[in-house]
Amino acid sequence: MPNLFKIKPSVGLLSLPYSLVFIFFFFIPLSLTLIISFWDYNEYSIIPDLILENYRYIFENCFSFENGMCVTFKTYLSTFAFCLITWFFTLIIGFFVAYFLSFYVNSLTWQIALFLICTIPFWTSNVIRMISWIPLLGRNGLVNDFFLSTGLTSTPQEWLLYSAFSVVLAFVHLYTLFMIVPIFNSMMRIDKSIIEAAYDSGANGFQVLWNIIIPLCKPGIVIGSIFVITVVMGDFITIGIMGGQQIPSIGKIIYVEMSYLQLPAAAANAVILLFLTLLIIWIMTKMIDIRKEL
Amino acid sequence: MKKNITRRNMLKTTTAAVGAVAGAGLLKGFPAIHAADAPVIRYLGTAVNMGDAVQKRLFDDTGIKVKFIVKTTDEVVKTIFTQPNSFDIVDSEYFSMPKLVPSGNLLGMDTKRIKEWDNVTSAFTKGEVAGKKIGDQGTAPKKVMYLKGSDSKEFASEPTQYVTLIPTVYNADTLGIRPDLIKRPINTWAELLNPEFKGKASILNIPSIGIMDAAMVVESMGEYKYPDKGNMTKKEIDLTMKIFTEAKKAGQFRAFWSDFNESVNLMASGEVVIQSMWSPAITAVRTKGIPCVYQPLKEGYRAWAAGFGLPATSKGRQADICYEFINWYLSGWVGAYLNRQGYYSAVIPTAKKYMEAYEWDYWMLGKPATADIMSPEGKKLASKGEIRDGGSYEARMGSVECWNATMDENKYMVRKWNEMVAS
Repeated sequence: MPNLFKIKPSVGLLSLPYSLVFIFFFFIPLSLTLIISFWDYNEYSIIPDLILENYRYIFENCFSFENGMCVTFKTYLSTFAFCLITWFFTLIIGFFVAYFLSFYVNSLTWQIALFLICTIPFWTSNVIRMISWIPLLGRNGLVNDFFLSTGLTSTPQEWLLYSAFSVVLAFVHLYTLFMIVPIFNSMMRIDKSIIEAAYDSGANGFQVLWNIIIPLCKPGIVIGSIFVITVVMGDFITIGIMGGQQIPSIGKIIYVEMSYLQLPAAAANAVILLFLTLLIIWIMTKMIDIRKEL
Repeated sequence: MKKNITRRNMLKTTTAAVGAVAGAGLLKGFPAIHAADAPVIRYLGTAVNMGDAVQKRLFDDTGIKVKFIVKTTDEVVKTIFTQPNSFDIVDSEYFSMPKLVPSGNLLGMDTKRIKEWDNVTSAFTKGEVAGKKIGDQGTAPKKVMYLKGSDSKEFASEPTQYVTLIPTVYNADTLGIRPDLIKRPINTWAELLNPEFKGKASILNIPSIGIMDAAMVVESMGEYKYPDKGNMTKKEIDLTMKIFTEAKKAGQFRAFWSDFNESVNLMASGEVVIQSMWSPAITAVRTKGIPCVYQPLKEGYRAWAAGFGLPATSKGRQADICYEFINWYLSGWVGAYLNRQGYYSAVIPTAKKYMEAYEWDYWMLGKPATADIMSPEGKKLASKGEIRDGGSYEARMGSVECWNATMDENKYMVRKWNEMVAS
């Protein structure tokens, strides 16, 4: 932590605009969320107070396990599972797409063109994109038509849509780009002569990948992972639509609480979600020091 | 979607655009109405009944312009609480009144200033249709209609001069089905959980409305008879949710829906053959040429009702313009427009004047259509000879069993609903 008083006045002045933006649009709202999570509320107003009721309510029945797992634990468990699976697939796919783009595509024009193709999933609105899965994966959709006509299955496969499978599919489809970009960025900085030197010293392709490229891509991998994990942790639209609203998510619980004006309860949920997400990111940055690597 | 006039349709893009416009207006800090300019009303609501045609007609008739602040039903309520001065008039539902009235953010509406007040349908004022009492479980409009005074925060049990909302539109909701895929008659709410439709049923994921549909199902299955479906005890909520949780675990539901468009897509694609649905969603499926019936059921309908309210701070010319707008709204043209969408206008005699006799016979009297029935946008809804699902106004509104509701145990209910979704 640099001492503010020792910094030259001009430096302080230069950082002022950003500091103000940071304070007004990040620090203050977040502090308010934290404060309100300890307030009381009724049907139509929130009441300044200092109570733990909102937090107690979230974890009610969570530590008895008499009636199975409580909603909060179930929801977080399901969210963590989505995070892990999505992270795994986006990482594998994203890494190899980035690898292809940076080592096999030599012209900048082609790199840009192929990059644009990777952004296609973002060209339509979220809702239209989700709805478009129905004709593909639905009971009467293309995939089921194919299965039935080739005799692979005798009845339409229902797990294709409104299931954990379709949620993961939509996540991977969308967020692989978030992995590609930072990993590609890391790969482009790798000095090609290092790789040549490795081959000259007798390393095979796998050894080069494992001992040189992956270690040098770590910052990109971590940044991409942070993007993917934070987005999946807070998502409720994709889980809602692709899961047929039958799969819980913390975001949805917060959304419902807010629409019923249970703002302190929503704030408490948001604080817990934020805490857990930050914890994951903290663990990841412990594994690799991004600042040093950049 | 704007052209497909639909109730509670979440017009995402429009919301953003209108929100931005409204926000810009707020930032400038000027009142919305300038003495010299054409009168403008900031209209907060779902605005799904307010197509372009309505705005144009309004401007031609009265010179009033409307600036929409489009939000979903729940967000409208939230806005009344959190930004009570951000609108001039609000289009809200009666079931929000038990929450809204104690806040004192709404003005008691003066019925003496409403020309057609005496013609407002008795379904609102007395809870009667054609002299016959209709179901009043839940937040029936008559329970939350009258106030003790213009700035009262308490409901009056007897009719008074002041009301919470000036009624505009209402309807009786039921299950929607795909007759071509079910291929047999459906006549009870219990069919929603019939294992025959395993993996092909759906219910809406909006707790306050979903719980009412759930209660209709539970009661018709003979599992339990509620003293008041619209105000369940914790035990009753547990029981209802237990039955639905078991059905969900057994794979009864293909999906839940929370957005109007989702319900249309589920039905049109055949993913779902029976589900809770809203009247305009049925219309949307039908205009695609896919058969879909708003099935009348023997246990009756779940009704809802909406109306106009003013913010507590409304006064002077601004209030005058709003009353003028409401009077225009009830003067018939809009009533006919609403009736043609399958809703009902709060003032029926004036609406009749603006409808053709064959339209009136089809929509209100339940007679076979003597000509093709068109939607207000000119799309064909029914062919000659067809009869409206559920029949006449008296048959449909007369069979109302319960109303959308705010329960005393609302918080508990929302929590249990979330548990069901998570199960």
